[in-house]
Amino acid sequence: MNPLAEQVLDRIRRQEDLLRCYITYDETAVKERVAFIQKKIAEGELKSPLAGIPYAVKDNLCTAGIRTTCGSKMLEHFVPAYDAAVVEKMMAAGAVLIGKTNMDEFAFGSSTETSFFGPTRNPADPSRAPGGSSGGSAAAVASGEAIFALGTDTGGSVRQPASHCGVVGTKPTYGAVSRWGLIAYASSMDTVGTLTRSVADAAMLLDVLVGEDERDSTSLPHPRPGFANDLRSDVRGLRVGIPADLSGAGVSDPVAASLEEAAKALKEAGAEVERFEVGLVDYLVPTYYLIAMAEASSNLERFDSVKYGYRTEDPSCLSDLYQKSRAEAFGDEVKRRIMLGTYVLSSGFYDEYYLKALKVRRLIKEAYERAFQKYDCILTPTAPTTATLLGEKPDPISVYESDLFTVAANLTGCPAISIPWNRDEKGLPIGIQLMADVFCEGKMLRAAHALEGLRPAMEMPWEQPPVSGKEETDL
Amino acid sequence: MSTYWKEADPSAAARSFEPDNSYETVIGLEVHVELSTATKIFCGCRTDFGGEPNSHTCPVCTGMPGALPVLNKKVLEAAIAVGLAMGCEITRVGRFDRKNYFYPDNPQNYQISQLYYPICRKGSVEIDTGSGKKSIGITEIHMEEDAGKLYHDEDGTSLVDYNRSGVPLLEIVTAPDLSSGEEAVAFLEKIKTMIAYLGVSDCKMQEGSMRADVNLSVRKYGEDLGTRTEMKNLGSFRSVIRAAESEAKRQIALLKAGEQVLQETRRFDEASGTSFSMRSKEEARDYRYFPDPDLPPIVISEEWIEKIRAKAPEHREARILRFQKEYGLPEYDCKILTEAKALGDFFETTALLTGGENGERENAGDKTLNSYKKVSNYIMGELLRLQKERGMEVDEIPITPAHLAELIRMTEEGLITGTVAKQIFEVMFEEDCDPRAYALKKDLCILKNEGILEETVDRILANESGPVAEYLSGKEKVLGYLVGQTMKALQGKADAGEIRTLLLKRLKTDPGNKT
Repeated sequence: MNPLAEQVLDRIRRQEDLLRCYITYDETAVKERVAFIQKKIAEGELKSPLAGIPYAVKDNLCTAGIRTTCGSKMLEHFVPAYDAAVVEKMMAAGAVLIGKTNMDEFAFGSSTETSFFGPTRNPADPSRAPGGSSGGSAAAVASGEAIFALGTDTGGSVRQPASHCGVVGTKPTYGAVSRWGLIAYASSMDTVGTLTRSVADAAMLLDVLVGEDERDSTSLPHPRPGFANDLRSDVRGLRVGIPADLSGAGVSDPVAASLEEAAKALKEAGAEVERFEVGLVDYLVPTYYLIAMAEASSNLERFDSVKYGYRTEDPSCLSDLYQKSRAEAFGDEVKRRIMLGTYVLSSGFYDEYYLKALKVRRLIKEAYERAFQKYDCILTPTAPTTATLLGEKPDPISVYESDLFTVAANLTGCPAISIPWNRDEKGLPIGIQLMADVFCEGKMLRAAHALEGLRPAMEMPWEQPPVSGKEETDL
Repeated sequence: MSTYWKEADPSAAARSFEPDNSYETVIGLEVHVELSTATKIFCGCRTDFGGEPNSHTCPVCTGMPGALPVLNKKVLEAAIAVGLAMGCEITRVGRFDRKNYFYPDNPQNYQISQLYYPICRKGSVEIDTGSGKKSIGITEIHMEEDAGKLYHDEDGTSLVDYNRSGVPLLEIVTAPDLSSGEEAVAFLEKIKTMIAYLGVSDCKMQEGSMRADVNLSVRKYGEDLGTRTEMKNLGSFRSVIRAAESEAKRQIALLKAGEQVLQETRRFDEASGTSFSMRSKEEARDYRYFPDPDLPPIVISEEWIEKIRAKAPEHREARILRFQKEYGLPEYDCKILTEAKALGDFFETTALLTGGENGERENAGDKTLNSYKKVSNYIMGELLRLQKERGMEVDEIPITPAHLAELIRMTEEGLITGTVAKQIFEVMFEEDCDPRAYALKKDLCILKNEGILEETVDRILANESGPVAEYLSGKEKVLGYLVGQTMKALQGKADAGEIRTLLLKRLKTDPGNKT
């Protein structure tokens, strides 16, 4: 009845045991949903192009009646009573929800390895991580276990896993899409994003997702909506800037080469490509983490076992209840960020760290505003390397530093997109990122669409046969 | 559940206190006022009191994951109105900040409040003290959300009701300009009137819609400010006075004994009239205030401020002047009538129903002004007396202005006597009714029937031959007694003046009633 859904369910049956893209997946429920939506389509009630399309939702977006865990023991059994705004929109359009995808716990991470439910494997190479924190969503789309997926991007969590898995990852302008029902990590930077097979799909999704929501005080009406009908392949006259000061240390050779290729392809197609200095690059990662951790430490205070969530057995008093429940239910990375966030907000350190970070953020914003006066788009790699091996456990600081290319978009609120460019010699996907000024998604999607058309031909991951269990690594 | 405070030894203060005039008391107040908006400050839940536990709640005010706050504009409007009434500067670009602390009545474990850029600053309120007027500085006014309510069972279980969580509060912080508990109460009464006049809160301490924390320190005259303590759990104006007195005594006794006053929070105990230290981990709390990233800056335009200023209902001082002018009432009356806004409203509605039509007030004729004065007298006399006796609030009084106006009209028509009117008033105070219908039903109307009156007069004269003789022999004062007896026989349903006239006539012409 719904061939796409059949295909997706088949891929899940063959690969999900290995890949573990989903935290919550119920085949019977999905089949009921498919049948229900098919009926509605047949009756002429659902006219959206998304009707009947199977999709996945990252597990930090609330789905009424369906467990929403944020990849954490704290919310292992939590069932929200309401839908996130973006889920409401997908339902209204008639998309078919397949399941809730795996993620780094509370979105703190870049590999999906901090999930309480275990890691997701990268379909390009199951011995590797899919990136994070929206690793489950990216892997689901890459492996054909969903046609598209919703993720969240606070520091690159949609774009980086997209790059590692070989799919398109799009982060819209902060405030363009409602955060109602998005379980908060860093409120001033959290953005719902999409994982798709193509830029055209991303444009179609954004048309549905974008819009002011009176339940979200930080949401805004988009001044230039309507992206899907505006995609062209012409890049003549497009001004592209490559920040020279944002390269160097940590960037692997294949990634550096891909950036050069992409730049060359654009130039040959008529774009004006040049290098420039954006400035303040040493402050991007520290500023991001200071602000993100501070906000996160406050946003996660509500998980206290009083109203919902994990509760320790037999607490002796109130502080015991709080301390034991949180200690037992939060993983290490979550604890690390809560402690650091609490520290930078504490009296005596607030001015030096948090307030200072807010001021530097303003300067970074201004630096990018100046850059966008000269350039339509900024071109960089999405991540300095390709997917890491599962279980590698590098030190947290070097993990944080790998966010170098992605955090600027979150600090400034600008939209950014990662498109798959090619693969390295091991067959691991490499993504290229385009960033544009706030509310300039239209420009950005056109440039990305054009770049997509210029890339070297390659088999897309969902076109490959289902991943088999050969390369399991012991974790 | 760990205890949060230990009892200090109260006898230390009582032990050796002599009144000491070399010390002055310095008090600052933090007053929390619950706004009477229809919905909460950051969500659309109802704010009204009562209701099943957790029935006025939603994902926002219960701290559900993924919920977001949205500011209720009426709260902001009320805050600005109060600030303007108190002569404050309105912050043109302000913010909300998160105050982070863990407690079960706090659903997000942070309270959305304002620290860095409160909505109002630098105002003042004038109070009447024993020795003249005094200006009390308002340091700031800010908006914040209330917490839920905790209930503790004896078996150690605690329950939390989030109906109150998210109810809007205004926190009004004074400068340390108050010098006694009495002044503090004068201040509280003044702002209660001001805020009630604006219609944004009913400020009832007993119901918790107004809560006051007292910050108190003592010092020898001329010295720097001493260490202050903070007292909480004051449930009434009287508690404020008692708390201030006992704490000043305690601090002075400590200092005289060469000891130091500890900066601490103390909980007032109604029973003993003193406070106990709340020594707990909470003393060392660091709230880690930072701007709430879910709420955009609050930007107030000049136009909006002017609109709010123009829209402000008449405040008390203006009303006193207007009542004098339009209703011809003395200042004394006007002060009493305007003490509570609801009382002034009651007066005005009643007065307009008794007197002339609208618009005539400024040039009202004597008859109309007389009616207005009657209304005022009734309110200042009977109404306030009964209200106080019954311990009622003005809005609880059952009598409607229409019925009071009717009652007064009935006395003006000569339908009933003043005494009967008072009786009917008391009945209406129990349960409102149409006074005209009641008077007719209970046969309370003045007897106009000349025949009955004369008959009764004759009867009395016949029965009171002794007093009659006394009168005739020159004791004119006995007339009053005869009038009284006649009125009694008529059950008060006569005009005393008329009876007097009839008696006099009879006594002159036919005292012995021999005819």
